[in-house]
Amino acid sequence: MGYQIAEENVFSSGHSACPGCSEALAIRFILNTLGPDTIAVVPPSCIAIISGPQPLSSMRIPVYQTTLEASAASAAGIKRALVSKGNDHTTVVAIAGDGGTYDIGFQALSSAAERQEDIIYICLDNEGYMNTGSQKSSATPSMAYTTSTPAGKLTPKKNIAEIMAAHNIPYMATATTGYPDDLARKVAKAKSIRGGVRFIVVLAPCLDGWGIPDKFGPRTSRLAVESGVFPLYEVENGDTYTLNYGPKGVPVAEYTSIQKRYRHLTPANVTCLQEEVDRNWGRLQAKCFGGRGK
Amino acid sequence: MSAAPTRMLLNGNHAVSYAVKLARPNVIPVYPITPQTPILERITEFQADGEMHAEIMTMESEHSAMAAAITASLTGVRVFTATASQGLLLMHEMLHYAAGARAPIVMFNVNRTLGSPWGFWPDQTDSLAQRDTGWIQYYCENGQESHDTTLQAFRVAEQVMLPVMVMHEAFYVSHSLEAIDIATQEQVDRYLPPFDPPHRLDPEIGESWGNTVSQVMFNNHRHDMDDAMNRTVAIARQADRELKELVGRGYGVIEQYRCEDARFLIATMGSMAGTARDAVDELRSEGLPVGLLKVKLFRPFPLDDVREAVTGIPKIMVLDRNFAPGTGGFLFQELKSALYGMESAPEIHGYLAGVGGTNISPADIKKMVTCAMAEKPSANSVWKG
Repeated sequence: MGYQIAEENVFSSGHSACPGCSEALAIRFILNTLGPDTIAVVPPSCIAIISGPQPLSSMRIPVYQTTLEASAASAAGIKRALVSKGNDHTTVVAIAGDGGTYDIGFQALSSAAERQEDIIYICLDNEGYMNTGSQKSSATPSMAYTTSTPAGKLTPKKNIAEIMAAHNIPYMATATTGYPDDLARKVAKAKSIRGGVRFIVVLAPCLDGWGIPDKFGPRTSRLAVESGVFPLYEVENGDTYTLNYGPKGVPVAEYTSIQKRYRHLTPANVTCLQEEVDRNWGRLQAKCFGGRGK
Repeated sequence: MSAAPTRMLLNGNHAVSYAVKLARPNVIPVYPITPQTPILERITEFQADGEMHAEIMTMESEHSAMAAAITASLTGVRVFTATASQGLLLMHEMLHYAAGARAPIVMFNVNRTLGSPWGFWPDQTDSLAQRDTGWIQYYCENGQESHDTTLQAFRVAEQVMLPVMVMHEAFYVSHSLEAIDIATQEQVDRYLPPFDPPHRLDPEIGESWGNTVSQVMFNNHRHDMDDAMNRTVAIARQADRELKELVGRGYGVIEQYRCEDARFLIATMGSMAGTARDAVDELRSEGLPVGLLKVKLFRPFPLDDVREAVTGIPKIMVLDRNFAPGTGGFLFQELKSALYGMESAPEIHGYLAGVGGTNISPADIKKMVTCAMAEKPSANSVWKG
């Protein structure tokens, strides 16, 4: 497939991500779409590593590194200060990991959404605390190995997309690095909307944490969509659903079999995962198509 | 706002709210907590009435309130917030972060007991337990002092680029009505020029904050904070003098009340100073050479001022309405360390008085003075009620 993405040169090469890192790819399309009139807030995460140690920075914009719980509150503070100075043009974006979003940062995020803070919040979701060596977060999916769930996680992934949509925010989208044009379009859309939290959760396969080869980031990302594990969709104002990319009939086993975090799965486990994915897809379809199903 | 100063009957918290309005902060992230809430309520009423034009952020927690206060401050605007007790403790991580970021936030903290068990009573342990966070700390005796000190706090914070926390105690000050002289807008505008820092989060400047630093950079950074703290006592004295020139009221970084020819000092902070003042008056009328040393600026600790004040005094009695299990009263600890190495340093008695908000009357203080005069001092704090 061919696609063209208009990019402004905000994110630099020579950053400190692992070779083949999906998050670095996501940050490129996020920042190069948002452009230079942007201030970013980053909590402790791989994103903070990628943004670089003082005095170096891979991002040609002001970046404020905050504490793990505080991304949404920190971003809102910047935006309010800009507004008080009469600045109505600078975009403020928080870019946080799944631990900083689903878990410890969720309270601040939910409140920012309720207060309709004029910020973009992007969660780079690699389904665990990968920066600290792959521990379970509430974004870790069922049965996945992490160093804190060595026998596999016993509970399913939290559905942050629906939780954020239920705040009736102007824009919620799911995206992933295997579909960079879709990701860039969604970031541009989030930027174009004024007022309220615009939230995008970006599935970003972690090479090390998921146990995949360096060149498999985009492939794993695409399989996540094609198997129905991570459908790409948008929700506007809490109720207008648009499905972008759904499953293409690829079995979940094809997605799990290339990842070492799933290598302990039995055929029965895989069947359970397939059933969970089918169930989630059915629920999403009901929302996208008014309950009519396929 | 009329040109003439206004005298109003206000509780201590509302006296603070008026000072905040006059300081014209741009962003106010807040979260309610007893007994701070009247500060926030009066501010939101000013805003609703069109008397204030701040970005007021009604946060979901004190942690988020301080997180937003820090970034708003780093974006280059004046920021105020207020809290108490548990709320201050929830901020603890962000208090260090604010000071490290050199964000000149002003916060009012109403001193209240810490759980558990639950209580709502005057006790300074909440803020004293934050003494090492890099915030400048002031303790006020009454609503008038809180009004004036809030104004001083903005002036000092923005000169040394460190956050300032101002305290008064639950109910004794926060909810007690007094006649308060409100500064005029013209006076405050002269005292507090617009805050326009050269370093800020701004795409046109491109500066960042918070990136990981090397050991040497971290070390240098803490040296810079130390330098700023070391400059603060002189700047705080100056800010006090300058406000006095404008409004006619000054307090000093410490206050010595009836210390002429004193042979015995009562040292304390906050509302206890008001009670001790009455006790000193009575003791003086009985012919006893007793004075009061009120410590107003607690961080940085005004070491030189305190040493000068106690020089030649044989005995000091410290009254702490606060308690650190294992070490006792905070002011007692600080004063003991301030006396270290002084030639003919005074004897010092540390009394825990009023911890948890128990009532301490002037008569109680007089009894403690009699006791301290007769006894040898203990190295540890002694419970007195």
